Amino acid sequence: MRNVFKTAIIGTLALAGVGVGGLMAANAAGGSSDYKMKHMHWHFDGWRGTYDRAAMQRGYQVYREVCASCHQLKYVAFRHLGDKGGPYYDDHYPNPNDNPYVKAFAADWTVEEVDLDTGDIIERPAIPADMFPPIYPNAAAAAASNGGAVPPDLSVMVKARTGGADYVYNVLTSYDKDDNYMNKAMGIKIAMANPLSDGLVEYADTEYTDKDGKVHIIKAPEATVDQMAKDVTEFLAWAADPKMEQRKSLGLATMLYLLILTILLWFSYKAVWRNVEH
Amino acid sequence: MSGHPSTYEPKYAPTKWLDKRLPIIRMGADFMTYPSPRNLNYWWTFGGILTLCLMTQIITGIILAMHYVPHVDLAFESVQRIKRDVPFGWLIQPMHAVGASMFFFAVYIHMFRGLYYGSYKAPREMVWLFGCVIYLIMMATGFLGYTLPWGQMSFWGATVITGFFGAVPVVGESLQQWLLGGFAVDNPTLNRFFALHYLLPFVIAALVGLHVWAMHHAGQNNPIGIEPKSKKDTLAFHPFYTVKDAFAVGVFLLVFAFFVFYQPDALGHADNYIEADPMKTPEHIVPEWYFLPFYAILRAVPDKLMGILLMVAAIAVLFILPWLDTSKVRSMRFRPVTRRWFILFVIACFILGWCGAGNPDDIAIPFGEDKGITFLLLARVATAFYFAFFLLILPIMGMIEKPKERPESITKAVLGGAE
Ligand code: HEC
Ligand code: HEM
Repeated sequence: MRNVFKTAIIGTLALAGVGVGGLMAANAAGGSSDYKMKHMHWHFDGWRGTYDRAAMQRGYQVYREVCASCHQLKYVAFRHLGDKGGPYYDDHYPNPNDNPYVKAFAADWTVEEVDLDTGDIIERPAIPADMFPPIYPNAAAAAASNGGAVPPDLSVMVKARTGGADYVYNVLTSYDKDDNYMNKAMGIKIAMANPLSDGLVEYADTEYTDKDGKVHIIKAPEATVDQMAKDVTEFLAWAADPKMEQRKSLGLATMLYLLILTILLWFSYKAVWRNVEH
Repeated sequence: MSGHPSTYEPKYAPTKWLDKRLPIIRMGADFMTYPSPRNLNYWWTFGGILTLCLMTQIITGIILAMHYVPHVDLAFESVQRIKRDVPFGWLIQPMHAVGASMFFFAVYIHMFRGLYYGSYKAPREMVWLFGCVIYLIMMATGFLGYTLPWGQMSFWGATVITGFFGAVPVVGESLQQWLLGGFAVDNPTLNRFFALHYLLPFVIAALVGLHVWAMHHAGQNNPIGIEPKSKKDTLAFHPFYTVKDAFAVGVFLLVFAFFVFYQPDALGHADNYIEADPMKTPEHIVPEWYFLPFYAILRAVPDKLMGILLMVAAIAVLFILPWLDTSKVRSMRFRPVTRRWFILFVIACFILGWCGAGNPDDIAIPFGEDKGITFLLLARVATAFYFAFFLLILPIMGMIEKPKERPESITKAVLGGAE
């Protein structure tokens, strides 16, 4: 018995060591200015955290109306918006391609396609199966319109920076008051002019229908810079990790199953070794 | 597979028929009744855990390979597709990525176990040597695999590591070009890395077979390092150690599942979510955590070639370990002084890992303002100790240390109240 505890303690310490090492490795890459990163409480934090649906929907609006003039979301398809765990998921439309919101949002974009009769490149409204289209024809064009910097794709942005959602939120809210290009979170002047200003978008109330068909209305908050930054970050967090809710809920079931199994194995071990000195 | 008397009796006509021709069921049955020392502790469960890790990597890896596209323009995207659109890809992909870390975590414990209990000494040198080869190939596999998602760290890690070969005198440059299939890391590199990454785990599986065979032939070591002398010293592998291993596997899987489901990115690097860009070098190029100690050794000397030689030596020294340790006593339990050195050695390995993650010129341990020990200095001290442990401490301690009195047998140790 004593040995078991000793082993458990040593094992835990070893794991903690590995964990700390990993975190330090991650932090080693962090920024090094005087700016103090603001840590937020996100709805998706923690082992049971989920995405805040209303925030994601408003965030999509911010993306569509503001960020999308420069940034693509190339790994996201319109149908993903209506997937389980997505901003416009609706129980009544298990196939997101039928979801009216998704259809309407897709149709709001144009995509290019080759006309099979003439071979010309034509434009048509997007359908749910399309991916979010490119904003610029190529990287050179993107750089030319943005002072030489290519606006990065935002689909995995939240995962691609140390600090994750906090980082993206801080980038959007830490511009110098007097210099539209000076980003305090990044500690440098960047090629993206402060994209947000109070009242830039007009938020509408968001509504969703629950399983019983009851419609819930979520009042629109004021479109402050802080609010828009939070909302678009919530949306981008989903875009970077759209299966998080599934993963966490299967995770809970798996961990519970493993825990029970391990406890039973412990008792089996005790039973098998009952009369064996070791 | 081993020398212990077989107790298997085929009962049915088909099994009797088969037993005469290919005694494969007998082999399995003998495996189950294999006499294991009765005093094995939990550190001995990691061999079984590693077997599980290998199987997990192979199974998840094969599924990933069905959807992965080894092309510089499509590799990054295909991994995103796997996570977003492939059924259960969101589960399989982190299982494989986290699984690699768990595999290395387990192998390090397994190796430290061997070091502490002297499992590398006669007659188990072959077990240890096969272990070392397995570890070497595991490192190659881990490195190759990390290149595949074609993120910034993938690309630049591959560039740095293959750059080492360029430092080899005379043939370096042509060797490097031959490995890369060109002048820089590019599509031919990615293609061959994928082919080799798919191949090597099966080589490991074959070597594990030899590793376990050698171990069954020599018999397992145990925490007191005294060979079993009578039947009373051993227990059948099944059910005694199958159930103990199963419990340990349960605990291990809980940790594994925690990372897969709740912290899938904690062990990786954010930069690998940026698609590879040959024109943009990341600020810090750091390898995966399990290579950090070697990375620190590599950077501990200013000369590139020397650094590489030192890193190779750090692994090579494991291969000659059985002949460096002059002590006949296996278990550190009976070597009070060497045991302390061993603990320092483990600490040195952690320090090396820490130095590998840090920037060599940054201060690791500050004394007052702007002064202190840099990571570089710390890495040098730890590197020196790493080699001293193998090349000085183990050979010398074996000659001068007076070991504690050892119990006569495992049974005596168990019943006599010794630890
Ligand atoms: C006028 C074009 C433009 C708009 C509109 C715009 N961005 Fe950017 N963004 C850029 C450019 C250009 C960069 C690259 C900056 C650099 O590398 O200096 C960038 C970079 C970024 C980065 C990466 C910062 C880093 O760490 O490298 C994030 C995150 C980002 N934008 C988010 C957003 C969000 C969210 C919005 C919408 C609210 C938005 N952007 C609107 C042009 C734009
Ligand atoms: C793919 C990786 C590996 C697998 C699957 C594996 C598997 C195993 C298994 C099943 C055992 C018996 C159970 C145990 O004692 O824990 C074992 C024993 C052993 N392994 Fe490994 N191993 C691996 C890598 C290594 C490495 C890298 C080393 C060291 C360099 C090593 C050194 C040893 C030694 C010395 C023993 C014998 C211990 C004893 O006799 O009690 N193994 N291994």
